[in-house]
Amino acid sequence: MAKQRVKFTFVQDLIRQPVIWELGKEFELVTNIRRADVTEDRGWVVLELEGESTEIERGLQWVAEQGVRVDPVPGDIVEG
Amino acid sequence: MTHAKALRCRECGREYPLDSINVCEFCFGPLEVTYDYDAIAKVISREAIANGPPTLWRYHYLLPCDREMAVDIAAGFTPLIRAQNLGEALGLRYLYIKNDCVNPTWSFKDRVVAVASTKAREFGFDTLACASTGNLANSVAAHAAKASMRAFVFIPADLEQGKVLGSAIYNPTVVAINGNYDDVNRVCSELSDKYPWAFVNINVRPYYAEGSKTLGYEVAEQLGWQAPDHCVVPMASGSLFTKIWKGLSELSQLGMISSVHTKMSGTQALGCSPIVAAWEGGTLNVQPVRPNTIAKSLAIGNPADGYYALRTMADSGGYAASSTDEEIVEGISLLAKSEGIFAETAGGVVIAGLKKLVDQGRIDPDEVVVAFITGGGLKTQEAVAEHVKPPLQIEPSVNAFEEALASRSS
Repeated sequence: MAKQRVKFTFVQDLIRQPVIWELGKEFELVTNIRRADVTEDRGWVVLELEGESTEIERGLQWVAEQGVRVDPVPGDIVEG
Repeated sequence: MTHAKALRCRECGREYPLDSINVCEFCFGPLEVTYDYDAIAKVISREAIANGPPTLWRYHYLLPCDREMAVDIAAGFTPLIRAQNLGEALGLRYLYIKNDCVNPTWSFKDRVVAVASTKAREFGFDTLACASTGNLANSVAAHAAKASMRAFVFIPADLEQGKVLGSAIYNPTVVAINGNYDDVNRVCSELSDKYPWAFVNINVRPYYAEGSKTLGYEVAEQLGWQAPDHCVVPMASGSLFTKIWKGLSELSQLGMISSVHTKMSGTQALGCSPIVAAWEGGTLNVQPVRPNTIAKSLAIGNPADGYYALRTMADSGGYAASSTDEEIVEGISLLAKSEGIFAETAGGVVIAGLKKLVDQGRIDPDEVVVAFITGGGLKTQEAVAEHVKPPLQIEPSVNAFEEALASRSS
């Protein structure tokens, strides 16, 4: 089993969609929210995913396909 | 020895021992180094600092690592120059340039990597690593060479050859990753989880970031132990911006300077300005963007310290400004023509932003202003190549010279 920490950023259109619930339902993943800030027009959630690494990869790809931005928790790693 | 005490979560306040970790196990918030300031106050003095080396290690009292272990390529203590010509051009009477172009690998990244590599050595790591498109990679490779450590530098495969060379000369393993910026980000995040290396801006980031405080210390010392009225700073992740403020605040707390009244203003390129956009929108919530600017050294679309930079801006009464690529080139050119300093694109962002803030009336003409120039222009020659005059090409005679000169003048 692997764990991955990620940050999801939602645009307004996706605020009402239960993306994290669907992620846990459609994929063999445990979702563990640690911090979040969601308002009516935007939001972000920092969470940990636990599961097989291929399942985490598939799950994150699906999340990105929904239009959610997926980033590493520490922010951008590539620097100038 | 160091007077660093612990790592503290900037979100929930939980404390951790000084280890190679960068996020809180509970809330995943970023960790920051805390210090025993009472102990520091007993040993630090202006005289003790003045007797130290002409490098950032003169401020070792306030750094989170053991000076005896220092990976020292003489980073820091760069010139603070009174910029009278540029000041006149912009309408500022007391403008100074902090010229960090003259660091050993020609950018301010030598400050953060000096601290990160020293701490990595203390922790017993034998390998330094980073993901970078330029300055950071150069500095990691150079410090690893000095420390006799292995180095891995991850770059996007489409990076210009000139930028690869600036790292490769120090003999790291350079890994060019096929894929876009997000792919490189993701892979490096996974690699940092898997390999027992010191990724300077990931698992030793709390220490790495502290190196930027030395810019604040130096400016205060070079101004005769006082804080400037206004700092104009480039923002990428926002870390540098917050740490200059932290450096000034620490000096004040220790009684080395009087209270800090400095306004902290941040500048970004319009093509990657998530922090400026949040400031303009009156929110502390930074929305990530896809970078599209010539200022590649500032092209961080999802800035780790954006929120904290905005807090610093608000606490200090500072402002934010962004500039187009065209204005950035004009900024580089103006600094070079007026002060003889050739900056990379981030410097153009600062000068263009400074001009904008003056034009908007955000900076008073009588304020003591420091503009932070964080990297040298030879690294981003392509940005200005088309904007400089070609040489006068002549036959080898005085006549030919005078004719050519007359022709250009007319």
